[in-house]
Amino acid sequence: MSMFPETLIGGLLAGTMYSLVAIGFVLIYKASGVFNYAQGSILLFAALTFVSLTDQGVPALVAIAITIALLVLMAIAIEKLLLRPLTNRSPMTLFMATLGLSYLVEAVAQGIMGSQVRALDLGIDDLPVFVGDIMISQFDLIAAGVALALGIGLSLLFNRTRIGIQLRGVADDTRAALSLGIDINRIWQIVWAVAGIVGLVAGLLWGARQGVQFSLSLVVLKALPVLIIGGFTSIAGAIVGGLIVGAGESLAETYLGPFLGGGITPWFAYALALVFLFVRPAGLFGERQIERV
Amino acid sequence: MSEIDLRIAAPVNGVAGLRAAGLAAATILILAAPLLASEYWINAIIVPFLILSLAGLGLNLLTGYAGQLSLGAGAFMMVGAYATFSLQLRVPDLPLPLALVVSGLIAAAVGVAFGIPSTRIKGFYLIVSTLAAQFFFEWLFLKFPWFYDGNSSATISLPRGLTVFGLNAETPHGRYYLTLGAVALITLLSFNLVRSQTGRNWMAIRDMDTAAAVIGVPVTRAKLQAFAVSSFILGIAGALWAFAYLGSASVQSFGLSRSYQVLFIIIIGGLGTIRGAYLGAAFVSLLPLALDWLFQHLFSGHVDAGLLQNIQKGIFGLLIMWFLVREPEGLARLLGIRLTARRRLFPSSQN
Repeated sequence: MSMFPETLIGGLLAGTMYSLVAIGFVLIYKASGVFNYAQGSILLFAALTFVSLTDQGVPALVAIAITIALLVLMAIAIEKLLLRPLTNRSPMTLFMATLGLSYLVEAVAQGIMGSQVRALDLGIDDLPVFVGDIMISQFDLIAAGVALALGIGLSLLFNRTRIGIQLRGVADDTRAALSLGIDINRIWQIVWAVAGIVGLVAGLLWGARQGVQFSLSLVVLKALPVLIIGGFTSIAGAIVGGLIVGAGESLAETYLGPFLGGGITPWFAYALALVFLFVRPAGLFGERQIERV
Repeated sequence: MSEIDLRIAAPVNGVAGLRAAGLAAATILILAAPLLASEYWINAIIVPFLILSLAGLGLNLLTGYAGQLSLGAGAFMMVGAYATFSLQLRVPDLPLPLALVVSGLIAAAVGVAFGIPSTRIKGFYLIVSTLAAQFFFEWLFLKFPWFYDGNSSATISLPRGLTVFGLNAETPHGRYYLTLGAVALITLLSFNLVRSQTGRNWMAIRDMDTAAAVIGVPVTRAKLQAFAVSSFILGIAGALWAFAYLGSASVQSFGLSRSYQVLFIIIIGGLGTIRGAYLGAAFVSLLPLALDWLFQHLFSGHVDAGLLQNIQKGIFGLLIMWFLVREPEGLARLLGIRLTARRRLFPSSQN
């Protein structure tokens, strides 16, 4: 019976794709306390820009460079025009502002680059690999490797570099960070730019999987339960949360789905997240907040 | 009687009289609207505007007054619509207005169930619970044919049409008055509700729930009440949207984009105000028309439909951000400023 391990491993690998998206959210949440709903649209924008450029015959590396440059410009614009005026407003206001931002980014991306499905070939063949008698997709393995590498790289950035330490300072206590002379506006720009680049990586992998199209921006809805389970503030949490959601979804669809008529994937992750919330409202790796009047 | 008394009394009477006159004029205008407006305006603009206002009002009680962010407005509208359908189909003796109320109560029960997590989690963690409702009901109502009576296109429409106490309301005027009646009644009740103890509890929780708990506001009960009332109104709005506006509806009529639309209505209109829902709904219904008109006149058909849709979407996004940055209290406040300014200019007015 290799069905159970195969389902489990397939689910875990699919879960790393969720982690990849979730990491982008964690970065921004850590630094500015914003649940950035627009991460999905930024992911779409990045993938769409890359595909449009390579379709025009631009070499892949140049296309990546141009896309990253655009993402950095976007990060600066978002910080200057949206985040700075909204400093000190409630997290709900900021969330709704990013909802508006996602509309704008989607509209610009699709208005300029079209809304038809684009194929994206990263040169990775989706060949099955056998470990014992368990079949694993090669593409999934590579995606999982990328997610892991990104997670480790960003953790190092946060814990070992000067920018990372400043960033954690801003996340911990904005006012104290300001009085110590940390330029929080610059930190925000950097974080949003890095999150954009993480979005580009995620967008390319997801785009190679299901084509570059509008539905890419909906992966944000997949990442939300991942964040809830892992906690909004932990990269390790995002990876573990992704694994739990991926494995949970694929096991539930295989073993629970038949009893419920199938197709339960869209809401199962949310039900799972709700269960976790009842037990640990701050997520597995999140920091518990103490409220004062 | 001293002079001072008169001076204070006169302008107050003047303003009150003016208000009463304005209210009467507005009432006459609203009641007579079907005689003035064309069938197209009633069917395609006024009725959906009224229903969206109602939905906005429902969400505003939850999000704007009680401070509980919800992305599941569409789900509760869906529950209301499907409940009305089931009641009309399976309990034929129940007249439509009563069926609407019962559907509202069913939606309220569902709202409370999905509101339970709000007693333990807060802020945008709560959008998980409301999004769970959104996705769960989209799945449920599509998966089990019982909910749409096995219809081959998985849509629902009223078995006996829009009949109110034996009268056929399947005309533009019938739809209008049915919707108007529901909207007016619920608006009146909401006005009173938000000024009652319940409404004040909600606002205390919104402003700071820890502090509210400390001064003795029953936080859990008040939050669940907010979910119940909000879902009740959204349920009725959903049923009206399905049967008074669309005629026949499906799960797609209440998808995630509907939830966002209702949320945008209250952001643009004004969080935590009753009239904000109306202003926001008017804005959301009229902006696409205005843009259509503008582009037709400016470019006379040179802009294709897809691009136009994207431009609309972009403008929406920009407006939302603009409102949150510049005027977090929305159109209601913008209008409020102008009204108070004018009242201040009112001859010999003291306040």
